[in-house]
Amino acid sequence: MEGNIAELGKYIGVGLTAIGMGGAAMGVGNVAGNYLSGALRNPSAAASQTATLFIGMAFAEALGIFSFLVALLLMFAV
Amino acid sequence: MATATHGAEELAKAEAGMPQLDFATFPNQIFWLLVTLVVIYFVLSKIALPRISTVLAERSGTIMNDISAAEELKLKAKEAEEAYNAALAEAKAQAQQIANETRATIQADLDAATAKADAEISAKAAESAKAIAEIRDGAMDSVKDVAKETAKELVAAMGASADARTITAAITARMKG
Amino acid sequence: MATEAHGSESSLVFHPMDQFKVTPLFGEGPVHWYTITNVTLWMAITVLAVILLLVVGSRGRAIVPSKGQSIAELAYGFVYKMIEDVTGKDAVKYFPYVMTLFIFIVFSNMLGLLPLSFTTTSHIAVTGVLAVLVFLFVTILGFVKNGSKFLALFWVSSAPMAVRPLLAVIELISYFVRPVSHSIRLAGNMMAGHAVIKVFAGFAAIAAISPVSIVAITAMYGLEVLVAFIQAYVFTILTCVYLKDALHPVH
Repeated sequence: MEGNIAELGKYIGVGLTAIGMGGAAMGVGNVAGNYLSGALRNPSAAASQTATLFIGMAFAEALGIFSFLVALLLMFAV
Repeated sequence: MATATHGAEELAKAEAGMPQLDFATFPNQIFWLLVTLVVIYFVLSKIALPRISTVLAERSGTIMNDISAAEELKLKAKEAEEAYNAALAEAKAQAQQIANETRATIQADLDAATAKADAEISAKAAESAKAIAEIRDGAMDSVKDVAKETAKELVAAMGASADARTITAAITARMKG
Repeated sequence: MATEAHGSESSLVFHPMDQFKVTPLFGEGPVHWYTITNVTLWMAITVLAVILLLVVGSRGRAIVPSKGQSIAELAYGFVYKMIEDVTGKDAVKYFPYVMTLFIFIVFSNMLGLLPLSFTTTSHIAVTGVLAVLVFLFVTILGFVKNGSKFLALFWVSSAPMAVRPLLAVIELISYFVRPVSHSIRLAGNMMAGHAVIKVFAGFAAIAAISPVSIVAITAMYGLEVLVAFIQAYVFTILTCVYLKDALHPVH
């Protein structure tokens, strides 16, 4: 299969970048899991902290979205 | 891959690319976004939000009023119950009093009737006693007479004569004895 | 549309990004700033939907609400409670701004999920403007309300003196990254979900795996409905957090 070495590098790069989203997934899971274990320990305080939960999830997820964005940029824009 | 396909790919990429990074469309999007935001902001702040907040305030006001009305009614019900209880107690007391009075009246009537009956009875008894005494006295006199006669007859039969005064004295003495 | 460019080579063709193209609604030609495009169309539909829900829905002004009115009241109460809880009672006067943002984003996201629709919030230009508006609003409000005390936001007084300058640099950077992450989070989420659905739809061209593909699309669609709401919520709540920083900058 003949091809362009730059294309090869690009697609490998895209694949590597996509790994970053796995990190974000672990981060979001960590946030949600810790929230759940805390909420089960003290259910009365859980309701007041849902906003914090979503903020934390958003921050964790944003970084995954950054890597996704880089992947997209590599794929389509470079 | 042949160069032809590569060229086609290049063409496709130029077509597809990332539409998000097509800066030529940015002014268009930003312009329409601002228009949209301004329209939504005015619709919300002039019409929708005041209306909804009024409705919510009215509702909470209505609920508050209803709750306070319910409280009032509850209070009234309590008062009514108290009044009822008081009336009940009064009625009971009155009934008690009436019963007592009635009892007292009846007792008095009864007493009076008893007294009257007693008086009548005692009067009758006295009368009867008098009658009995009279009868007895009568009987005693008759006995005396009979005894005098009998004694005079007896004495006459025995052949002796006795005057009446002696016989009477003797009989009276005997009967007293 | 998808099969035009590549069709002859194989049956598997992915053009996940085609759905985000901005095209003029009438005729061809370059997109000027005033051109009526599909962006215009879907933003107009968003405005109509907002009016339908919040104005037409609440026109009854009933004490016992109708369905539409209770949804409108629910949305009102949701954002109102959010800004009251996160930012504080003194921020209630900025409620219309926050409500505008929330309603616009949630309606754009939801309308974008309709098949064949165009998702305005998947464009970095749109979310970028939203984020920059929030950033400018918060920064200007912070300086107007607190003057130079607003800079205390960057000077972490609870940290030891030695690390404070370092922390100040970090805080400053994170402050200026805010609009970037704020906008890219929303656009990225929207774009990613739609692109993934499109990729799954591309697999449906192979008959053997098309049932799997349809199941996967259905599952992704459910997730996307959730994400569409959560991203609007997150955008709004982060706006509230930034507003709180502007009103009460003490760290």
